[in-house]
Amino acid sequence: MKMKCAQVIMECLLEQGVDTVFGYPGGTILNVYDEMELHGYKDKIRHILTAHEQGASHAADGYARSTGKVGVCFATSGPGATNLTTGIATAYMDSSPVVFITCNVSENLIGKDSFQEVDITGITMPITKCNYLVKDPTQLADIVREAFAIARSGRPGPVLIDIAKNVTAAEVDYEYLPVEQHASHGRLGAMLRRSSHDLKTPEPDLGDIAKLLAMIEAAQKPLILVGGGVIRSKGAVPEFRKFAETLNAPVASTIMGGGALPGNHPLFTGMIGMHGSHASNYASAECDLLIAVGCRFSDRVATVPEEFAKQAKVVHIDIDRAEIDKNVKTDHHIIGDARRVLHLLNEKLPCHDYPEWKKWVFSHPEVPLKKDDILHPHEILETIQSVTDGRAIIATDVGQHQMWSAQYYHFSRPGQFVTSGGFGTMGFGVGAAMGASLGNPGVPVIACVGDGGFRMNCNELATLQHYHVPVIVVIFNNQTLGMVRQWQHLIYGERYSQTDLDRGPDFVKLAEAYGIPGGRCAHQDEFEAEVRKAVESGGPWVIECAIDKDAMVHPMVSVGTPVTQFLLD
Amino acid sequence: MKNEYTRHTLSVLVENSSGVLSQVSRLFSRKGYNIESLAVGTTDDPNESRITIEVMGDSAMMEQLMNQLRKLFPVHSVQELLPERSIRRELVMFKVKAETSDVRNEVIQIANIFRSSIIDVSVKSLTLALIGDESKASAMQDLLESFGILELVRTGMVALERGAYTISDESKENTEFNLGKSTL
Repeated sequence: MKMKCAQVIMECLLEQGVDTVFGYPGGTILNVYDEMELHGYKDKIRHILTAHEQGASHAADGYARSTGKVGVCFATSGPGATNLTTGIATAYMDSSPVVFITCNVSENLIGKDSFQEVDITGITMPITKCNYLVKDPTQLADIVREAFAIARSGRPGPVLIDIAKNVTAAEVDYEYLPVEQHASHGRLGAMLRRSSHDLKTPEPDLGDIAKLLAMIEAAQKPLILVGGGVIRSKGAVPEFRKFAETLNAPVASTIMGGGALPGNHPLFTGMIGMHGSHASNYASAECDLLIAVGCRFSDRVATVPEEFAKQAKVVHIDIDRAEIDKNVKTDHHIIGDARRVLHLLNEKLPCHDYPEWKKWVFSHPEVPLKKDDILHPHEILETIQSVTDGRAIIATDVGQHQMWSAQYYHFSRPGQFVTSGGFGTMGFGVGAAMGASLGNPGVPVIACVGDGGFRMNCNELATLQHYHVPVIVVIFNNQTLGMVRQWQHLIYGERYSQTDLDRGPDFVKLAEAYGIPGGRCAHQDEFEAEVRKAVESGGPWVIECAIDKDAMVHPMVSVGTPVTQFLLD
Repeated sequence: MKNEYTRHTLSVLVENSSGVLSQVSRLFSRKGYNIESLAVGTTDDPNESRITIEVMGDSAMMEQLMNQLRKLFPVHSVQELLPERSIRRELVMFKVKAETSDVRNEVIQIANIFRSSIIDVSVKSLTLALIGDESKASAMQDLLESFGILELVRTGMVALERGAYTISDESKENTEFNLGKSTL
C-alpha cells in the first residue's frame, strides 16, 4: 500500500502494539504529527504532550520500566533532540527499553548548519544501544522494526531513530508485517542470521550450570546478590524467588534489584553498597560464595572492586558478556537470560539451609528508626506503604529521598521501583511517575522527589493536570541539596557550599497555579491524612513534607573504602 | 597488581556504512584505551569493511574490549590476531632530501637493501615506499634520518591470520599457522 513515510511510522508503531507516545512537536517532525490528525492515528495511539522534551523522555522510560513494554518518545530536531539526551542516558544506564524518534532537517540541509540542525546520532552514539539516521525512505519500516527488536532484546536499552524531514514526506510501498514475522524479514532477519549477535539471547551452557551447582554444594556461607537484570528479564522474578528459597540463603539487592524479593521477606538483607544495610555489607565480606544475578558491580555497590567479596568465590550470572570481569574479577560466570539460567538451576538445585550463617548475617542491628514529634523520612515511606497496602509504584529522583525510598519501602514486584540508579538523574521522578501511571491505570503512583530535583522539572505538573494523571508528588523538602550536604557535612568540614535551597517557590501554591490540589505536612498524622485524600481524589496531588535539614542517610560508606568500613552507622 | 601492557592486534569486521568507524574508534576513547594504529578498508564483500586496530593493554583489558566491540550492532566479528599466528604489514612513505647525486645514490642503495621502491623523484627529493612491520620501518627511518626526512606517512598496520583460516572460523588447529612461518 502506497503511503507517506510519516504514516509508515504510525503503522509501524501499531505493528508493535504501541498505545502511548510521549512527545513534543516541532518544525521537522510536522509531517509525523500531521498524521495523527490526517489519518486519525490519535484515536489509536494516545499522544501525551509534555511540558518539555526531557519530561517526555523520562515518561517514556518510566512507562517502559513499570510495564516491561518498549516506551516511545517523539521530538523534533535540534534542541528538541538534545533535550532528550539526559533521558536517553538515564535509560541507557539502567537498561530500559525506549525507542526515541526524532526528525532532522531535510537531506539537502544536513551539514549546512541549518536552523535547528544537530547531529543527534553522533551525540547519542555512546548512550544508545544503537541509532539510525534514515535517509532512504524504503528502509524506514525495516529500521523501525529493527529498532524495537534491539531495544527489547538481550540486555534492553534505548535506541534512537533520526529521520530526515524529506523522508517523512516521501511515498513508499508499505506492507503490514505482524511482529512475530519481523525476525525473519529484512534487515533484522539478516542481522539474526549472522553468527555473532546478542539479539539472540544465548542459551546458558549446561556445564556452567553444573559447575555453579557444584560450587553451591561446596559452600557453607552463600550470599545471593540480585540486580536489575532479574527485574528486566520477563518472568525471572518467580524463578528467582524459587531459587532463593530453595537455596535458603540470604539475599542482598542492588538499588535496581528492588522488587526481586519482597522487602519484608525473611531472607532479604536489604540494599548493598554505599548505603547498604549492615547485614548486606558485612555478609558480602564474610560469605564464601557470592552468586550475583543480573548486576554490574557498580562503584556504588563494590566501592573497592579489588576488596569486594574477595574472600568468596564470586559467580556472575548476566546476559551481557561484557559485564563479566569488568569491575569485580569473578571465579565463574554463566551467560544467559536470568529467567532461563535460574530455571535451569532450579531444576537441579536441592533444598539447602544455613541456619548458623543466616543467624550471623541477621544478627547485625540496623539503624534504629527515630520516632518523635517531627516528620522523619522513614515515616513518609511507611505511611505510603500502609495507605496504599504496599501497592504503590514509587518513582524517585536521585539523592537522600531515593536512598530512603530504597531502604524503607518494601517493594514486592518488578517494575514497582522506578528510579535513576545508574545515571542518578535529578528531575527524573515526576516524568517517570507520569509514564508509570499512564502505563498502569488503577495503580497508585507516588513520585518521591527532593525539593532540588522537583524544582528542575516541576513543569510537568501542567501535563499531570491536563491529562488528569493521578500521580501523587511527595516532596521531601529539607531546604537543601540533602545528599550533597551530607557529604559536605561528613567529608568537607561542614562547608555547605551552594547547597542551601532556602528560596521559593511555595510548592503548594505552585501546584495550585497548575490547577493541582496540594498540602503541606510536618507530622506523620498530617501526612497520612493528606495521602488518603490524594489517593481518594483519583487525580494528581502535591504533598510537601517538611523534614529536618540535617537528616542523613544511614548507614554510609565513603567512596574508595570497602563496604564494611562504615563512615556512618 | 598491574599486568604488563603489550601490543595487541585486533581485526574487526564491520558493516560498510557511514558512522561505523567513528562508533568503533569512540568506543576506544570512552573506555579509556589508546589506539596505536588503525587501518580501515573494504573487503572482498563490498558490504563489509575490515578495521585493523593496534592497542596497548593486558589480556583482561583485551577481553573486555573485544566484548564491548561485539556489542556494537554494525560489528560483525572481532578477533585478536596473535603475533605468532599472524602476518602484519604496513606501508610507509618517506620523502627524503636528496639534492646531490651522491646522496641520491646512497638513498637508492638503502631503498634496495630494504626492498622498498622509489615512487617519486624531483630535483631535490626522493620518495620511497616501504612495506614491512614496525621494526623494518624504524630501521629504515633511522638510516634515512641523516639525509633529512621531509615527510613521513604510514597507513597503519594491517594483519591477517596465517594459514587458510578466516575471521569467521571458530575452531582452529595450531599446525595450520606454522607452515609459512620460517619462509615468508
